[in-house]
Amino acid sequence: MHPWGKWGRSFVGYGTHAARAALADAGLEWRDVGSVVGANTMRCGYPGYVAGATFAQALGWQGARVTSVYAACASGAQAVNTARSQILGGLADVVLVVGADSAPKGFFAPAGGERPDDPDWLRFRVLGATNPAYFALYARRRMALYGDTPEDFAQVKVKNAAAGALNPLARYRTPVSAAEVAASAVVADPLRLLDICATSDGGAALVLSSMEFARRHGHPDPVRIRAVSTVTPTYPKAVLDLPDIATDSAAVVSPAPHSFRASIARAAYEEAGIGPEDLSLAEVYDLSTALELEWYEDIGLCAAGEGAKLLRDGVTSLGGRVPVNTSGGLASFGEAVPAQALAQVCELTWQLRGTAGDRQVPGARTGITANQGLFGHGSAVVAVR
Amino acid sequence: MARTRRPVVAGWFTDDAGGGTDAGGATDAGGGSPDGGFRLLGTRCSACAAVFFPREDDACRNPGCPGGGELTETPLSRRGRIWSFTDGRYRPPAPYVSDPDAPWEPYTLVAVELAAEAMVVLGQAAPGVRTADLAIGDEMELVPGVLNEDDEHIWTTWHWRPATGGAARPGADGEGNA
Repeated sequence: MHPWGKWGRSFVGYGTHAARAALADAGLEWRDVGSVVGANTMRCGYPGYVAGATFAQALGWQGARVTSVYAACASGAQAVNTARSQILGGLADVVLVVGADSAPKGFFAPAGGERPDDPDWLRFRVLGATNPAYFALYARRRMALYGDTPEDFAQVKVKNAAAGALNPLARYRTPVSAAEVAASAVVADPLRLLDICATSDGGAALVLSSMEFARRHGHPDPVRIRAVSTVTPTYPKAVLDLPDIATDSAAVVSPAPHSFRASIARAAYEEAGIGPEDLSLAEVYDLSTALELEWYEDIGLCAAGEGAKLLRDGVTSLGGRVPVNTSGGLASFGEAVPAQALAQVCELTWQLRGTAGDRQVPGARTGITANQGLFGHGSAVVAVR
Repeated sequence: MARTRRPVVAGWFTDDAGGGTDAGGATDAGGGSPDGGFRLLGTRCSACAAVFFPREDDACRNPGCPGGGELTETPLSRRGRIWSFTDGRYRPPAPYVSDPDAPWEPYTLVAVELAAEAMVVLGQAAPGVRTADLAIGDEMELVPGVLNEDDEHIWTTWHWRPATGGAARPGADGEGNA
């Protein structure tokens, strides 16, 4: 990875830095790579839309197979899925996956111009509905349905900031108190500035190979990708989601018994042949503190409505039974969109190898990432040792 | 004024300034009398009865639809109950239109669940409605509103406001709170 922050440089530099670090970690040369998959950076014009080729050019053209993918926040997971499919399909032995971003300060905004056929443009033009507005709608609903409080939400930030303080790659490395969360400005009632993740620059990369290749190169017990979930929702999608102005109508067709977010992890568990009881740790997509509590339920760590209790009981903290966001999460990193699903897998890798330093989960054997990309991109990766 | 009223998106709601409704072209959209004729407009599939808002005019998106139907315009329910709500304490980026020289006035966003359509529709609350006036489950009603004005147009939209007629909570009448 490239350390996350506000560095003010091109995404290409962050991505190539992360790529070189991943290759060095794997003990491979760039010329050994048979395929490169780039997760696209939509704010960076032409090079960002063809990220695979952009990174390949920056590293030095060497004739590798190339793919560029975009799936909003799930772009990194789609890139892993593409690489894994190529390896399983026998198209490549070693694939380099790269994602990086150079994000603007403040709210993410849609591309410019008059584009009334774009739902993302419309929700800003017609409603002023920013991403934090949606996070706040979910938070408010949790308060009404389950009795969650702003103090519960603040404790997620306290937990993740404590983990992030132990991670040299995180942008924010200072512990945060509940009082500091409560003293920060309200962004979208009931969420405050420290309940919502920042936008960041950053990059992450992975080297994936076949098991046969890994063993041949002296890695008898590598971290293995056991599942990659890239599911779409099922009609009717009955939970208001970014960038929707309305849900699908459930008057004619009943919604699936589980929400879209829950289906993301379920698909990964099914493919991996494991369940939530097997997890040593999880990295979930904490765009807001309240949303992290929802993920506990959606990845099956507890029943609906019990997320705050799980947090209060210390289950998801470092030292707990299933630590969540041991990296510090987006709370400590901020969003670097095409990189963050890859960063989650980087953290699983270090944890499963036992090289996560002061934030190490003792004896970690199985981990899951969970993420959701705008416009219906599910994303979860199961990795095992 | 020479400015004309124009919907911010064509075809999403009925005309609030004529056409036989009782809106009477009021520019004070948030505080006018309830407009029984003002509706959000979706489309309904004639083959499977699925409803879409914002309107879907190309093809039915229900994967279980037998097909062969047509999408016809259908007005949505005027009233529903709050699914969730929030506000915007910071100025949103473009294409939201606001005067950068004027102090930012937070707006309230309300997601309202319509029983008949079994769907949730997001909208801004009428001016003066604050989050402190609202609770999940409260009944809301649809009213015409103004999103912004420029030299040529008054851009109209829909607003949600606490329902009148005794269904809303006491005090939640849209008068704002100090």
